[in-house]
Amino acid sequence: MLKAVQIRKSFGELCVLENFTHEFAEGKSTAVLGKSGCGKTTLLNILMGLQTPDSGEVVRDGKISAVFQENRLCENLTASANIRLVTGKRLSKAQIAEELAAVGLSGCENKPVRELSGGMKRRTSLLRALLAEYDILFADEPFKGLDADTKREVMRYFKEKTSGKTVVLVTHDNDECEALADDIIRL
Amino acid sequence: MHKLKKFGVTAAAVLFWLAIWQIAALKLDSEIILVSPIKAAKRLFELVPLSGFWQSVLFSAARVLAGFALGLAAGTLLAVASKKFRIVRALFSPLISAMKSIPVASFTILALIWIGSKNLSVLVSFLICVPIVCGNMLEGLDNLNPKLTEMSHVFQISPWRRFVGVYLSQLLPYFRSAARLGIGLCWKSGVAAEVIGIPNGSIGEKLYQSKVYLETADLFAWTATVILLSFLCEKLFTALLNLLQKRVERM
Repeated sequence: MLKAVQIRKSFGELCVLENFTHEFAEGKSTAVLGKSGCGKTTLLNILMGLQTPDSGEVVRDGKISAVFQENRLCENLTASANIRLVTGKRLSKAQIAEELAAVGLSGCENKPVRELSGGMKRRTSLLRALLAEYDILFADEPFKGLDADTKREVMRYFKEKTSGKTVVLVTHDNDECEALADDIIRL
Repeated sequence: MHKLKKFGVTAAAVLFWLAIWQIAALKLDSEIILVSPIKAAKRLFELVPLSGFWQSVLFSAARVLAGFALGLAAGTLLAVASKKFRIVRALFSPLISAMKSIPVASFTILALIWIGSKNLSVLVSFLICVPIVCGNMLEGLDNLNPKLTEMSHVFQISPWRRFVGVYLSQLLPYFRSAARLGIGLCWKSGVAAEVIGIPNGSIGEKLYQSKVYLETADLFAWTATVILLSFLCEKLFTALLNLLQKRVERM
């Protein structure tokens, strides 16, 4: 369950969220759509518990996973180790290598993340979130920085992996909304 | 190929300076002022088969490395405590700054009064190593990425995996540079302390004797020994850290 009740958040004089209330449908994807700076990431952070609202409350049940706005990968670990960090021994190295290959990162499993390109890091970060054990997935512009072809492939993979899961997807891209979301919140 | 080229350049530079040394020795033509590299090498080869040589090497190496190891542990613990408790940082910060600038000779004379000459180099190496390790590790701890800590909480990563994957992976580069710098300085200061304290059977004692009896070839041979030991220790320790880094990298 994920519910936001009467959330208000401001930064000084600037009020980014005013009495935001929404119950996110379980097992469905909800896209939070809006222009840059309208409070999408703030809302996501509040839902994840990383930021405290000025007033209101978040009711949340179950394990969470996230694709952060910044990748938040451990640069000195390999791509595979970054994923193993959250999966533990649940997935073998071979299984992780297979999943990496599925998002176009075959042969990258033993490379330190600091040696990967921006797009490769984004895909690693996305894969980490998708392979973790979770009930709710928060994804903040998960396809940012990917070229059109790669984005299409990765979006297909994302949809397949998140099928039946509760997903909150932050984006400013209408195409992403159409392809992935069951419900849309416009900020 | 790149490594081979780098080795070739280094070897050429070493040969260049050895040639300069040889020419200077020939020009000065005085074995008391400057022996030639060939003479120094010859003396070193004469010393190596002697049991006394290895006893001195073992005596000094054991103490310098003990001081280094203790310094690594104490410096790291002090850095962690300084990061965790503001009072510890405030208390030790001036002490660490002072330790960085106090001359080795002052440390040595004080240590000589406190503990005598036998284990002098343990204490001096330790005192030289602590501020370097503490300073570097504290810098590493200050630069830990809070967003990664937040990420580890979101994913509920187990404490051990969090320690290795999130913290150790960020701190290892700082530890490595502290250790590389520290090990060389421990050898320098440890042997310098032995020259002042003259503990029986140490490398420092041999250096002191070479000064007293004006045996410049011995001085150079023992100095070369210290350089080699310091180099080997650094390489060995770096190799161990590389292994650790590989393990951490791949978890």
